[in-house]
This record gives sequence, structure tokens and C-alpha cells, in this order.
Amino acid sequence: MQAYLDQLIQGGAFAGMPREVVYAIGMLLAAFIVLSAFVAPLAGVTSWLERRVWARMQSRVGPNRVGPQGILQWLADGIKNLLKEDIIPTAADKKLFSLAPYIVFMGFLCAFVVIPFGGHLIVADLNIGILYILAVTSLVVVGILMAGWASNNKWSLLGGMRSAAQIISYEIPAGVSVLMIVFLAGTLSMQGIIKGQGWAPWDWYLFHNPFTFAGFFLYFTAALAEGNRTPFDIPEAESELVAGYVTEYSGMRFLFFFFAEWGNLYVIGAVATTLFLGGWQVPPLAIFENSPMLLAVAQFVTFFLKAYLWVFVAMWIRATLPRVRVDQLMSLCWKYMVPLSFICLLGTVAFMFVPADGQRITSAAMFGLGVAITIIFFLRVGFQIRQAKPELYFKPHI
Amino acid sequence: MNETAQDQDTGFHTEDMTISVGPQHPSTHGVLRFVVKTDGEVISEAIPDVGYLHRSIEKIGEKVTWHGYVPYTDRADYLAAMFANQVFCMAAEKLAGTPVTRRGEFCRVIACELNRLASHLISVGTFGQDIGAMTPFVHALRERETINNLMEEICGARLTYNYIRIGGVGYDILPETCTRISEFLDHFEPIVDEFNRLLTGNKIFIERLAGIAVVSKEDALQYNLVGPNLRGAGIKWDIRRDIPYSVYPELEFEIPVGTGHIGALGDSFDRYWVRIRELQESCKIVRQCLKMLPKGPAISKVARKFKPAAGECYVRVEAPRGDMGFYVISDGSEYPYRVRIRTGSYTAMSIIDKLSKGIMLADLIVLIGSLDVDAPEIDR
Amino acid sequence: MNGAQVGFFILAGLLIVSSLWVVFQRNVVHSAMALVAALFLVAILFLTLNAPMVGVLQILVYAGAIMVLFLFVIMFLNPIGLEQRRRLWWGFGALAGLLLAGALVPVLTNGDAPRDPVVATELFGGPEELARSLFTDFVLPFEIASILLLVAIVGAVVLAKREP
Repeated sequence: MQAYLDQLIQGGAFAGMPREVVYAIGMLLAAFIVLSAFVAPLAGVTSWLERRVWARMQSRVGPNRVGPQGILQWLADGIKNLLKEDIIPTAADKKLFSLAPYIVFMGFLCAFVVIPFGGHLIVADLNIGILYILAVTSLVVVGILMAGWASNNKWSLLGGMRSAAQIISYEIPAGVSVLMIVFLAGTLSMQGIIKGQGWAPWDWYLFHNPFTFAGFFLYFTAALAEGNRTPFDIPEAESELVAGYVTEYSGMRFLFFFFAEWGNLYVIGAVATTLFLGGWQVPPLAIFENSPMLLAVAQFVTFFLKAYLWVFVAMWIRATLPRVRVDQLMSLCWKYMVPLSFICLLGTVAFMFVPADGQRITSAAMFGLGVAITIIFFLRVGFQIRQAKPELYFKPHI
Repeated sequence: MNETAQDQDTGFHTEDMTISVGPQHPSTHGVLRFVVKTDGEVISEAIPDVGYLHRSIEKIGEKVTWHGYVPYTDRADYLAAMFANQVFCMAAEKLAGTPVTRRGEFCRVIACELNRLASHLISVGTFGQDIGAMTPFVHALRERETINNLMEEICGARLTYNYIRIGGVGYDILPETCTRISEFLDHFEPIVDEFNRLLTGNKIFIERLAGIAVVSKEDALQYNLVGPNLRGAGIKWDIRRDIPYSVYPELEFEIPVGTGHIGALGDSFDRYWVRIRELQESCKIVRQCLKMLPKGPAISKVARKFKPAAGECYVRVEAPRGDMGFYVISDGSEYPYRVRIRTGSYTAMSIIDKLSKGIMLADLIVLIGSLDVDAPEIDR
Repeated sequence: MNGAQVGFFILAGLLIVSSLWVVFQRNVVHSAMALVAALFLVAILFLTLNAPMVGVLQILVYAGAIMVLFLFVIMFLNPIGLEQRRRLWWGFGALAGLLLAGALVPVLTNGDAPRDPVVATELFGGPEELARSLFTDFVLPFEIASILLLVAIVGAVVLAKREP
């Protein structure tokens, strides 16, 4: 981004303007474009897709009225929520109550700055990219605590407390799993990490060694917990805490929290893709040689699909699993995930001393194992689907 | 709790938080309220506050005729309307000495057991939802919807049936309805297995249930728990078997009891598991009834001006929420002199305070769900 | 004055305002929130100084973790009945503030220090530089700090584990 602006400045595009102003305007423009053209529709469509996927798994129909297959449902919901009255309870702490959704929103939105959508499609390739993501997403918890406290409602407070404890705890296994990859890549930059991998699955860090393979699942689980997703959705646990920290919110402020939740799903997928799944790497085909545009599109599509796969998995998990209890959540983190993640970290470090040939063999073996696991998984899914026998659905005859 | 001890230890002033769970809370299964005192998330006291759904059904019984009261009994427990119908009709028949036709008895059992399926489906489905599993809930309601369709076919109503009348049943079950019911059972039995794969076998679900809110045998008897809650504590007591009524003595079925094979005997999982197995047993009963269904009239001749002899009686049946009893006094007039209903949920409420000491807020929801309390049945 | 300086002064002004807010705010939660804002602004200052590593760590550790624990404790104890601030405490506070300001005097009067607020060495506070100085020049204090933290963690566990 900065390089591109530099290029324009050198070309004399902004003659007479101070460089900083150009940067500032460029950044604002980039933020605006990312927000309005990518993040908002993405979070919206994710919300629609989640409802549809969920409905499908529950043998319901789901929203299908607004637009083809109901795909514009998110727009309708957004407009509805914009038009709703913005209720602030009298007993609430008004300033903090109004501010909280924006902090949550900002925390997740800032993460999009360093997400590498393609080889050149990145707002800013910070040399500490992955650390930056961990930092800004940890700001979300401040907003949630604020919302929980400012609502002056006991359910909200309990939800805020649960959320704070949960996010702070699960940052550790997530961070250590990330550290594993940072060790392997030798850089914190998102692009650097992707460039350390190849397009082929056996070049991904996922299959680098058994420890990174385990680390991927540790990261994904911890990220789900950080994103307050089922089975770790205890901060808003609607059957226990009514709606947790969002109990008192309505209208657009309410929407902001869920905007952040759905957008955050994509961030989880994108980080997992960057760290473990080779990011935007595409096979070096001949057609990409002469057309950088085509290459950029291919990279974007690759990255998007890889990331979105994990969004889908998160939806799937949400439709399948019940919710854990708050103490079980904590013991899962501190008794199992934190020690496991440290073991994986040490294992990865030890593995870095293995000679290159050995590493290649391990990658191939791990890839084979991954394929085997995938096949077993799909056989299992197929078994479940056959057992479910949709044709047996009893046809209502009235 | 050990509030003062904590104060002395840490020097911090800690105070219990009083939370009002309900009457409008997603997991209280109706309009029901608990005043919960918690220390953080740990409950020190949960006092049930009932009465939000009182509709004076018992008093109405003194003002309407014997026939006219049957639809009101539907409303005692809207999830299991058939059983209240049946128990009131049994009471009236006992007072008046009215015989019930044999076909009528079988129709009653078929309808009741289908209703038990519907009620237990709601119970286990919402239980799953209380714990955060949404899909099993929708699947359970999908199956219940089919049962509602069948009920509509049998008696024209989907929820409050008014099907069982004094002397038999209101409408005969048609042969094509019988085939439809057995088709549904063929479909439903595998669904129970699917439900078990989806929810019962889930590790998180088991962890949430096992060992939570353990009811000992003594407590179950002392607090007068009935139905699946009692059987979950390991006591084999079922009105259908122990105080036989209707045609149940002729039918073969098992009485599932809690075994404590996952957590402790009498925990939430045992109560849940008893309900799941009762689903299968009810399917068995309905199948047998469909096979044995005799020819003949569905209802015996009963005078329109029904006037049982003066006297009193107490009749009980095994409803989905346990022993449901009607105590009816007749003074020989067209109207009952006094009607008193005894329901399972009401006694189940009394044990909540005892069980909730020291458990977490999330477990209170599990506890309420596992006892399967139903607000209209508590208040009547 | 160039654009970067304008940016610096805006940030510095906001930082001072939020720091004053921390001190003069009566509501403890508001005060903590202002502290979060102040820490965040400091992090942005680090970013403008080409020290993204330090800035991000500032957010991650202070704004994201430590302040959350602060808020956690504040909300758990819920200090609604705040006692009146006594004049004595004002005196102590002012004295401590003056001492801290005095500590700044040598820095401000030091002729070698860069006058320009935004000029900083390239890679100052980058991951490599930070790691190098942590693991060479400051390895002893670094290890001592980590042992201190470990002791704190063990102590907290022991305190929390105590059977009732």
C-alpha cells in the first residue's frame, strides 16, 4: 500500500501535497474500501449463510425471501436495525454503553489491515503482522467488558466477566500456536509467513511436522473460543444469560456486536489460512505469467475459499455441539490446551534441527496422514448422512 | 455460603448477587421465576417462585358439568393434555360406574402414548437447547409436528385434544390413521437412534449432565418426585405397572430406570436417559395396541345429563411428568363438588432449592430442564 | 511544522487529556477506560516512531490484558461507595507527580537527545532490534523479570488453591 502510494507520488500524482497527508488520505480511502466493499458484505453474507446452513442442518428452510435464495437478507436486517429506536436504559452508564459496540467493532476491523488477500492485495504488510492481529483482537474484550458493565444488568455483567476470562485465557494457546509458525517462518509478517510455504499442500506448515498439525487444531479451537463461538459461546449463552453482554442493546448497536462476531469468523479463517494453509499460494501455471491481473484474482479466490472453508466449519460446529460450562471451559484451556500447545511448540523447535531431507519426508508422511484423516472423516459423514435417511422424513399429509 | 469466612480470609467485602431468573427467561420453560442468590457463578440459593400461570382450573371444575369440564383439563398440562383428559374421565367413570368400551380403552392408550412421545420430545429437545445444542431441538420438534398431524387426524386438535370422554373416546381411530401411525413409528424409531448419535453421545453433553444435581433415592421419595424423575433416581415405580389401569396389564413394556452408568445414580443424565428410553417403550406400546385394537364401539352409552353417585375418589395415571392424580368429590349433582389436581411438576419444583446449592448458574438450567418442569402444570 | 509533527501534537494532546481524565475521574471504571485509551495512544505514538513492535506489545500486554484484569477486579468488587478523597492523598499524589516530573528534567535538558519528536533510528523497536537488546545487553534483567513473574503466578495459584 505504502509502496504503491510512493510510486504514485514519484509519478507526480499528488504534486504539492505533503507526503503524510497523502498517506493519511490513502489509508482512510483504503480503510473505507475494505470496510464498505469487503467487510460489511462479508459479515452480512456470512450471517445469511450461517442462517441458511444452520437451517439446512436442522431441516428448516431459513431466510429465503429477500433476493434470490434470501441472499439480501442481511441488507434488510441492517436497514431494519438502523431504523429501530436506539434504546439506552436509564440506569446504564450512557457514555460507556454507547461507546462499547464501536470498540468491539474497531477491534475486529483493525485486523483486516494485515490480512493478505493476495500477493499484493494487503493494506499494510507490517513486519509484525501476526502479533498485530493478536493485539487488536485482544481489544475486543475491553469493549465486551465495557458493554457488560455499562448495561447495569446482572446478566450483562456475568456475560462480560465470562467473556473477559475466556478471551484472556484462550489467547495463550492461540498465541503459542501462532508462535510455532513464527519459529518456522522466521518472520512475523503475514506475507513472509505465506511466502515460507508453497502452493502444494505438502509445503504447507500444517503438514510440516506432527506438532504443527496438532497446533492447527489448537489454534482453531482457541480462536473459536476467542470469537465467542459455540461450543464456547458462554458469554452470550442465550439459554443461561438471556443474551449475556448484549442483553440491553438494541438496534444498530446490537448489530455492531454481531457484525463483529460474523466478521471475526472470517478473520479466524484468514489467520488459519495464512499460518497453516499456504495463504494465497497458487500453482505456478503458464497463464499467470503474463497477466498479473489473473494471478491476483486467482490468489484472492484461493485465499478466500480457504478462509471461508473454516467459516463454514465454524457454522457446522455451531449447529452440532452443545455449550460447555464456564469452569469446564477454563479447565479445558489451562489443563489441556496450554500444556499441549507448549508441547507442540517445543516439538516444533526440536523438529527444526531435523535435516531438510528428513523434513521433506515428514511433510509427505503428514500429508498422507492428513488425506487419510480427511477420507475417514468424509466416510463418517457419509455414514451419518445415510443413517439420517432424508427420504424417510415423514411427509405431512394434511 | 461461607461468606463471612471468605471475608475474613481475604479482607475483601464480598456479597452475594441476587438474580431474578425469569419470569421471562429463555430457559424456565414457561412463566416461572427463581430468585437466585449467587456468589459469582456459584448458586447459594434458588427459591422457586410459582403462580404466574394460575388459571384456577380446579375452581372452574365446580362450575361446569362433568362433560363440560373435560376440555378444561386439557389446559392443566398443555404438553400432555391427553393424560389429564384420561384421568378426569377415569375419575368420573369410577364414581358413576360407567363402563369403558374395550376399543375405547385401546384408543385411549394409543392417543396417550403418542402424546407421551410428543411431550418427551419437547422435553429432551428443549433440554438440548438449554445446553446450547440447537439442532436436536429442531429435530425433536420436527418429529413432534408429525405427531401433532396424527393427533389432528385422530381427534381434530393438535394440542388441546378433548379426545377422551367419559365412557370412551370422542372419535374412533380410523384404519387408515392406524396405518399412518405405524408408518410413523417405523420412521421414528431410527430417529431416536439418530438423536442419540447427535446429542446423547456427545462428550460435551455428557460432561454437562453427568453427576449434576444428583437426587438420591431417599430424597426422591421424601420430596415426592414422580415419573421419570423418580425412575431416574433408580426407583422402579410406574403407575402403569404398579397401580394398573386401562389395558396396560395386557401390554408388554419395560420400565426404564436410571442406572448411573455415566455419572452418579440419579443425576441429570439418568433422568434424561429415562426419557429417551421411554420414547422407545412408548413406540412399543403403540405398536402392540395397533395390533390388538379390537372391533366395537369407541364409546359406551353415557347419559347427557351425567350425574354420578355422591362420593369421592382419587385416580392417578402415569403422565409424562409423572403421577398425575385427580381427586374428585361428587355430591350427586350435574357438577363436580370439588376437583383437585395433583401434578408431577409441582413436587419437582420443591427439590430445586435443595439441589441447587453449590452448583453453577449454568447447571441450574440443566437442573430445571432435567426435572422437566412445565409451568402450567405447576400452577394449574 | 510538517504533517508528522501535527500528528504528534494531536496524539500527545489527546494522551495528556486522557491521562488527566484517569486522575480526575471519580468513577473508577471511567478512569480505567481512560487509562486504556491513554495506553492505546501511547502505542500509536510508538507506531509513529517506527517502533511497531513496541507499540503492538503495548496494546497486547497493557491495553488488552492488564487493563482487562484491572477492569475485572473493579467490576467484581464493584466499589460503588467510594470514600471521599482526603487532602493528605492529594498531597502525596502531587508529591509523587513532582518527583516523576523531576526525573524527566535530565532528559529534557540533555543536549544529545533528539529535539525533533518524530525522528528516530530506523528499525528502532523492530522485532530484531528488540530481541537483540533483550537477549544480549539486558538478558539478566529480562530473566529476573521472568522469574519474578513466575513467582507471582505460583503465588497466585497457591493463594487461589487454598482449601476453604
